[in-house]
Amino acid sequence: MKQKHTWNRLRQFIPLYLMIIPGAVYLIINNYIPMTGIVVAFKQFNVQDGLYMSPWNGLDNFQYLFATNDAFIIIRNTLLYNIAFILVNNIVGIALAVMISDVNRKALKKLYQSAILLPFLISIVVVSYIVFALFSHANGMMNNSALPFFGKEPLQWYNDTTWWPLILIVTNCWKGVGYGTLIFIAGIAGIDKTYYEAAELDGAGKWKQIVNITLPCLVPSLITLLLMNIGRIFYSDFGLFYQVPQDSGSLYAVTNTIDTYVYRALMVAGGIGRSSAAGILQSFVGFALVLLSNLAVRNINRENAIF
Amino acid sequence: MVESGKMKVYQLVVNFLLLLVTLCMVLPLVLLFLSSITDEKVLVANGYSFIPEKFSLAAYEYIIQQASTIWRAYGITIFVTLAGTAGSLFLASLTAFPISIPELPGRNVISFFVFFTMLFSGGLVPSYIMWTTIFGIRNTIYAYLLPNFLLSAFNIILIRTFFQTNIPGEIYDAAKIDGASYMKIYWKIVLPLGKPILAAVGLFTALTYWNDWTNGLYYISDPKLLSIQTLLNRMVQDIKALTANSAASSGTLLHIPQVSIRMAIAFVAILPILMIYPFLQKYFASGIMLGAVKG
Repeated sequence: MKQKHTWNRLRQFIPLYLMIIPGAVYLIINNYIPMTGIVVAFKQFNVQDGLYMSPWNGLDNFQYLFATNDAFIIIRNTLLYNIAFILVNNIVGIALAVMISDVNRKALKKLYQSAILLPFLISIVVVSYIVFALFSHANGMMNNSALPFFGKEPLQWYNDTTWWPLILIVTNCWKGVGYGTLIFIAGIAGIDKTYYEAAELDGAGKWKQIVNITLPCLVPSLITLLLMNIGRIFYSDFGLFYQVPQDSGSLYAVTNTIDTYVYRALMVAGGIGRSSAAGILQSFVGFALVLLSNLAVRNINRENAIF
Repeated sequence: MVESGKMKVYQLVVNFLLLLVTLCMVLPLVLLFLSSITDEKVLVANGYSFIPEKFSLAAYEYIIQQASTIWRAYGITIFVTLAGTAGSLFLASLTAFPISIPELPGRNVISFFVFFTMLFSGGLVPSYIMWTTIFGIRNTIYAYLLPNFLLSAFNIILIRTFFQTNIPGEIYDAAKIDGASYMKIYWKIVLPLGKPILAAVGLFTALTYWNDWTNGLYYISDPKLLSIQTLLNRMVQDIKALTANSAASSGTLLHIPQVSIRMAIAFVAILPILMIYPFLQKYFASGIMLGAVKG
């Protein structure tokens, strides 16, 4: 009797379950099957036997990955660039947000916001063309106009690692800073105006107001953003590191990250083993970092935690 | 009096700095455009520059008259963007609606099933092997549409949260009393009321499809199937990608304004974004805020 009751109750929801099926099928194919496919990192993959039937080879792929200096370089590059990006983008983002929030004229405020977000919308391939227009050996603006102007010799930019950390950090800031700036502007808009009025009555200048009111009030959203960034610190922007240096081999020492390594190894004959080993490393360390950073967010501010 | 004088100086300084920042944001795009309309000979002699000695529309003339590859690529990108965005919105809203209903048994399990895909990923290698060997999407239009972008857990959660907070449960109760099925409620009530979130999610999905070059890199080698971003990517290595589609490829290559055409195609690729941006600026901004408020 009770079973029949439950069945009747469930039956009305059948259409809802049916509606989930298309999306669920896609997630199973696009996300869950590849998750089970990480076993390939422990296999000697061949196309005939496929993902699951290829013979096991234990930790050979990982030994292969760590046999050279590559593993160290890609992990170092991924971590260091992410740390630099987090620092630069958040500092610049907060500075811009504080300034934009203080602009009196509404039209100008809107202009600045629009301009800062614009690069965010442009594909990284096009960004790499702009970087090329600046640094191309034969036709670039640096070699043809800027360096001669200062009486300097032209540089082989795409063969010389010296400037690339700076180029990549600036490019990433140019493209991405608008996102954080908008979030900080919203944070500043939420600050109680009476704080500033009280500060003004006490004779506090603009700088004091920024340091003692604005910045402390931004700390909660900043911490959340930081921890989310840290959760993604083992992942890199494939486009930035592959497209912008134009896949130039002589720059790999400073441009190869886990994501570019995984792709390049996958594309060369016999590279699938070390490619999947690097990939699985990224998956698991990334997973652990996301969980840890979320735990930290939860402890600080439950509402900002993603789960 | 002194106080307001100080404020004036402060406003001046802030506006000056922000004007500089605005120039830094926009000038690289101006350089891209100017390079595309600079005379080829001047480019070869002086390089890309903000003050070219001589202008020329040769690159654009070439695009309009000769380059069937470019038009084809443009068409593919437009089709993929439209189809991908429509499919994505449909799938995401269809999945989000049931899990927005609190009474649905097993709702938490389903939500977790969706959410877990944001935490853990199998990565490129198994995904690449699966799409190419099991589904055989190499060199098909599906290669642009299906992998990675068609449905994201993030979008499902954004839409679900919007449904939950903006559509009162009484509307459902009233509809059920009138004998409406869930499918009808979804179609006639939920979708129309969900327009704001669907517009925001759709805008960013369209942007993702328009700008994507990775699926083309992984899965496309057929020169007839290049999207505009994939074509741009190929041209970095080899300008010949531009003529791979036409019959007399070696002969025509000589007439291409090789240095300026790169920039012209890149500019054509961002032109639609530049054109709609002034009108949709506030939706882009509010879309970012939506994503940030509840990730």
